Order: sequence, then structure tokens, then C-alpha cells
Amino acid sequence: MPIEVNGKSLEVDEEGYLANINDWEPGVADVMSKEDDLTLTDEHWDIINYLREYYEEYQIAPAVRVLTKAVGKKFGKDKGNSKYLYGLFPYGPAKQACRYAGLPKPTGCV
Amino acid sequence: MAKADFAVPELKEYAEIPVIQPGSMQHSSPFKSKPEFQEALGFPGELAPDWQKQALAKMGDLLGRYRSLRVYLDSCVKCGACTDKCHYYLGTKDPKNMPVARQDLLRKVYRRYFTLAGRLFPQLVGAENLTEEVLDDWYSYYHQCSQCRRCSVFCPYGIDTAEISMAAREIMDSIGVGQKYCNEIIGKVYKIGNNLGLPGPALQDTLEGLEEDVLDDTGVEVKYPLDQEGAEILLVTPSADFFAEPHVDGLIGYGKVFHEAGVSWTLSTHASEAANFGMFIGSYENMRRVALRIREAAIKLKVKRIVFGECGHAWRVAYSFLNTLVGPWDFLDPRYPVPQHICEFTYSLIQQGKLRFDKSQNDDKVLTYHDSCNVARASRMGDKPGGQFEIPRAIIRATCNHFYDMGEETIRDRTFCCGGGGGLLTDDLMEVRVKGAQPRLEALNNVMKEKGVTHMAAICAICKSQFTKVLPYYGMDMDQIVSVHQLVSNAIILTGQDDDE
Repeated sequence: MPIEVNGKSLEVDEEGYLANINDWEPGVADVMSKEDDLTLTDEHWDIINYLREYYEEYQIAPAVRVLTKAVGKKFGKDKGNSKYLYGLFPYGPAKQACRYAGLPKPTGCV
Repeated sequence: MAKADFAVPELKEYAEIPVIQPGSMQHSSPFKSKPEFQEALGFPGELAPDWQKQALAKMGDLLGRYRSLRVYLDSCVKCGACTDKCHYYLGTKDPKNMPVARQDLLRKVYRRYFTLAGRLFPQLVGAENLTEEVLDDWYSYYHQCSQCRRCSVFCPYGIDTAEISMAAREIMDSIGVGQKYCNEIIGKVYKIGNNLGLPGPALQDTLEGLEEDVLDDTGVEVKYPLDQEGAEILLVTPSADFFAEPHVDGLIGYGKVFHEAGVSWTLSTHASEAANFGMFIGSYENMRRVALRIREAAIKLKVKRIVFGECGHAWRVAYSFLNTLVGPWDFLDPRYPVPQHICEFTYSLIQQGKLRFDKSQNDDKVLTYHDSCNVARASRMGDKPGGQFEIPRAIIRATCNHFYDMGEETIRDRTFCCGGGGGLLTDDLMEVRVKGAQPRLEALNNVMKEKGVTHMAAICAICKSQFTKVLPYYGMDMDQIVSVHQLVSNAIILTGQDDDE
């Protein structure tokens, strides 16, 4: 069941993650967040962009602690915690934010 | 509260045995594995036209390999002792989640094809043909069993439903019907070294971050070494310990304990996973292949001891099977158990008075302890019976001032599963996970009300992730679940630590 982004049809898996990470464009996050009734703000985009940068370097989403620390350093100490991230992404930063960012779903005992 | 598109069970003061609701969980079944995930594990990619024949051949093979399986399928007398012991039955009310009914899904096919009475008079002995409907039921209900073995504690014949459920999954895999969650993950272990697919550089980056954090917090340079040849101890821990919360707080704790013990230790990229999902899918070959990585890493790094981190089923595989799976371990130091649990390691240092704690660091919490099923019922710790119950509790008592157990009928060998074990920790099974957590959370809720408990500690990565996810459905807070070594980490006084707090 593909999603429609800017007139293009992009393949996603059963759980709504992009089948091909190279298909990603900012519109993907817009379309996915609309389906979740979530309006993306600059704060959301900060996280999405960071996830993409990290993935580019390490081929995996950052660990929760790596993410909170980086967010705290970049955007202020009060934001460097899971509470802040769950506030932005209620389904969990690892799962929801990764999906919007076009990253594969973290698997395992998480 | 988390949103649910199903009814979340109520938590009551006294456990109630629910009235049955036939078929209420028939719709629950996990995503199927893609052919590429199947093939990486040596299974066919999809169902073949002669799948019935293949399935029965596999069943025959397993009956020949495991005498226990035949005994379990033969010996049930339908006494009913198990019926109200499964957390999935208690939480879902679906009678096919009664352990006896779950076993019967396989047993009726066994009777039809492998017993004389079933071949001649199928209707008289509850024997049935292997049809597509039966296969669908297998796929649905054998993925509503977390292989926790609580039912087997109460079965007068000791029938182990977990083993039946493992056999059923193995048969399904052998005909191309696998579960996406488990099989994709096992493939990642083969390719990258762990369930998460964390490559070496990401591991290194994460561990360096932890070193910085501990240095900031304490002023002490605690190391989290990776691939350090010649270290004394190889620590094998679930990859969730690198990635998730509260798992990582436990990993920080292990490092502090090793630091205070003054022993050299290392993690390994090659064996960066303690979990062994080969067990969940009942596949001896895959379980062995996953475990072999630990042996290879131990030899390559020339370690003398192997210690396992907080992971429930990993400890079952390690404690009960590691030696026959991938032994002998004659190159390790014989003065120590092979392998050793991190709780045994920490506990023995506490016994020797080698660790100092400031318990007041955990005074913001009132603790209880969740016995993880595979540790409680499938393994042991220390040198005394029941050590797997007493050692983690002794560590909590040594590091916290406030501890209360949950109801006796819900702990130790009678513990309730978290609801997410056995390969069910996936979002596509959220309904069964939430409902299956009900008995455990009912006991937690009671001890919260009666004793003011605020937090529950556990030593299993699956339990920790499962509770983080399901607690909010019950109006509880996701960070009420903590790692045992997180408590150690909070309370331990490191030599040379800043004492400005």
C-alpha cells in the first residue's frame, strides 16, 4: 500500500515505513504526520533532520540516549530528555520520528 | 493514557478468572516473514503446494528428535489445572489461549497422523486433518504464547507448552510460514551481529557517549571497552542495552561494577547480542548459529570469562544450553561459572564487601521486582536452589531502602510473564501484549496501592521494553520500569568519585 507524496507513489511496508530510504523527501514526513493528526513544527524537523544526519553516518538510528544528548547539546538542556521527545512524537521518538525521517524501523528488544 | 482500538482490561483488587469469549483473539496474528528473511535462515520462502506433506514430515522429524515432545502430546489427561494459569487467557478470555487448548491445536493433528486410534477413528479421539484453517489457527495462537512456562508449573504431568509452541513454529517455518519480527531479527544477527543491526562504529559512538556521561556525573573515568583483545571478561548483553531506556542505565551500571571490581572487560561487535531468537522459533540450527558467535568472539578476544547482561531468554540459552550448543569451554578460567550472570558477579562482590553503596540515591523510589519468566523457570543463579529469585532481590536490597514484593502467587516460579516475551514484542501484536500484561500489572497495581510502590525492577530487555510500552495503556507511567543495575548504578560509590552531591 503505497503513499502519495507530491504526485509520486512511494512504497511502504506493513507498518508504514518507507520501503526504500532513497525515496525520502520532506513531503514524506508531511504526509505521514497528517495521517497521524500531527502538525510538524520546527522542533519536529530538528529531530527528523538530526535522525537523517546520524543515519547517513552510522547506517542506524541513534540510540535514545545518543539522541537525547545530541538534542540537549544542540537545542538546549531542557530538551535533552525522552519526555520532550515523547511530547513531540507520542508513539516514541525511535519509532514515529524514524518513520517520518524515512529510516527503517529499529528492531529487536526495543 | 495510550490510545487503544481494543478494550484494555480492568485491573482489579483480586484476580478473577474470566468467562470465556470464544474466538475473541482469532484475528490476532503477526506479520508474515518475507521470502528473503526466510531464506537467510535456511527456510523456504513461501508455502509450497505439498505443504501438508512437508509439515507432517517435519512433525515426524521433531517427534523423533525430541522424546519430550511426544510425551507432552501423549500425556495430557485434560484435568484443567492449566486453564486459568496463562496470562494471555486471563487477559484475552479466548479459550484457545488456555494452555491445554493451545497444545490441542498441535495434538489433534499429531493424533490424526501419528497414532493408531487417530488414524482409524479420528472423531472418537479428537483427531483432525491438517487443513488450511488449522494452519491459520496455529499461526494465530502459537503467536499468542510467550513460552513463559507458567502453565507447566501447575501441570501435574509437567507438560511444557513452550516446547509445543516452539515445535509448532519450527514446523511452520519449515513450510515457509514464518513470523516477520523474529526472522528478520535473526537475519540481522547473522549480517551485522545484533538484533538491532547496530554496526561497529555506531556501537563505538554510543559507548564513548556513555563514558562521557559517567565522567560528567561522577568525575571518574569508567570505560566501556569494545573489542579489546586480552580482556579478562567478555560481556554479552542484549543490544537493547545500547539503544533503549531504561536498558542503557543498566549497562552503565555493569560498567561501574566492573570498574570497581578492578577487572578488565570488553564488549564485542561480533557478539554484540545476548538475545537468541533461535529459541523462540524452536530452531536448534538457528539457535546454535547465533550462539556460535559468542564462542568465536571469546576465542578471538582471548578472554578468560564470559558474563551475560540482563536478558531473560539469553540467560536460559546461556545457563541451560550454551555448553552443549557451542562448548566445550575448556579455554576459559575454570574457577568461574561458564557463563556467569551479571547479577551473580555483582552479588559476589557485595558478599565480599567490595562494593560501597549510598542507598539514599534510590530514596525517590519504592521498588518491587518482576521475576522474568526465563530466568525464574528455566535457569538458576548462584550455588543454591532459588538463587535466581534471591540474588536479584539481594542486589535491590543492598542498593535501595524501600523494597516490597508483589503477591506471592505472582512472583518467583509462579511469576506472570510481562506479556511480550517469546518473540511477541512487536507492534503488530500490541493487543495481545497489552491484554497479556493484565495479570502482572494487576499485581503491580495492588502493591502500588498497598505499599506505595513506585517502580518495578527487572533483568530482561524484553520485559523492560514491553512494560515501557504497555504501562501507559493502564494509566501508569512508562518510566516506572527500571533495570536492576540501574539501581546499582545510582547507588554505587566509585573510588575517587566527586562527593559534591
